[in-house]
Amino acid sequence: MSWTWLHRFASPPYVYALATRLTPWFAWPATLLIVGGLYGGLVLAPPDYQQGDGFRIIYVHAPSAWMSLMVYTTMAAAAAVGLIWRIKVAHAVAASCAPIGASFTFAALVTGALWGEPMWGTYWEWDPRLTSELVLLFLYLGYMGLRAGIEDTQRADRASALLAVVGVVNVPIIHYSVTWWNSLHQAPSVMRLAKPTMPPAMLVPLLMMLLGFTLYFVAVLLVRLRGEVLGRERAASWIREVLSA
Amino acid sequence: MRTFLDMGGYAAFVWPSYAVTLAVVVLNVMWARRALARSRAAARRRLSARLETA
Repeated sequence: MSWTWLHRFASPPYVYALATRLTPWFAWPATLLIVGGLYGGLVLAPPDYQQGDGFRIIYVHAPSAWMSLMVYTTMAAAAAVGLIWRIKVAHAVAASCAPIGASFTFAALVTGALWGEPMWGTYWEWDPRLTSELVLLFLYLGYMGLRAGIEDTQRADRASALLAVVGVVNVPIIHYSVTWWNSLHQAPSVMRLAKPTMPPAMLVPLLMMLLGFTLYFVAVLLVRLRGEVLGRERAASWIREVLSA
Repeated sequence: MRTFLDMGGYAAFVWPSYAVTLAVVVLNVMWARRALARSRAAARRRLSARLETA
């Protein structure tokens, strides 16, 4: 099998045009899934037998937490590709991920605190899951700060990529923290190999939100990626065509 | 409607959670669009500067 088709994805004009074309195909399904998931989660799902209507925070908390980890993993993978094969577009993907991931990590922490107070009696605890998620926020902020501090884009790409790749060890720590340590945080009820522990009326809206947020991430990433790719190009003639369009 | 907004007594926790998350969702779209618009403007400036010096 030939891998030459892959090379197109390292070509800035190809990626720019592809990103432009693909964005609506992710944005619209994402919107429909999120609106449907919100309706299902807030209106159709029955209250939890223990947590009442308070459990509905899960429909924004779990997707935010999922985003925080999925976006970081994407960022680290793109950074690694950029480092190993010196592909500018890969660095542009990594740089595009950071602000998205940071903001959803923030949302995961805030919604977690708002869930923790009524259920555990505290907004915050230095618990393994909560602490490692806070470390993730600092990794994102460190990555963005490092980029902002280096003027030369190529050097910023390489230095921040190294940080992103090293920081990826935190991802499995967050994921398994509730299993490895005795945590306040509840154990996974969806992302597990055995059958999920939720009835379908609760589970379906959650899966819609998780998928909706994932597609939304791709859409936002593609918009950001175009800006990042454009910023890395100097003399290319394709830029004129893109700007006149 | 009242009972829906009351969220079984958890309104003070449920609604702020939704507000924060949806704000992050909307802000990310706005930030991404603004970042792209800025890159395009910067590229346009570079392009015209190149034409003047050429």
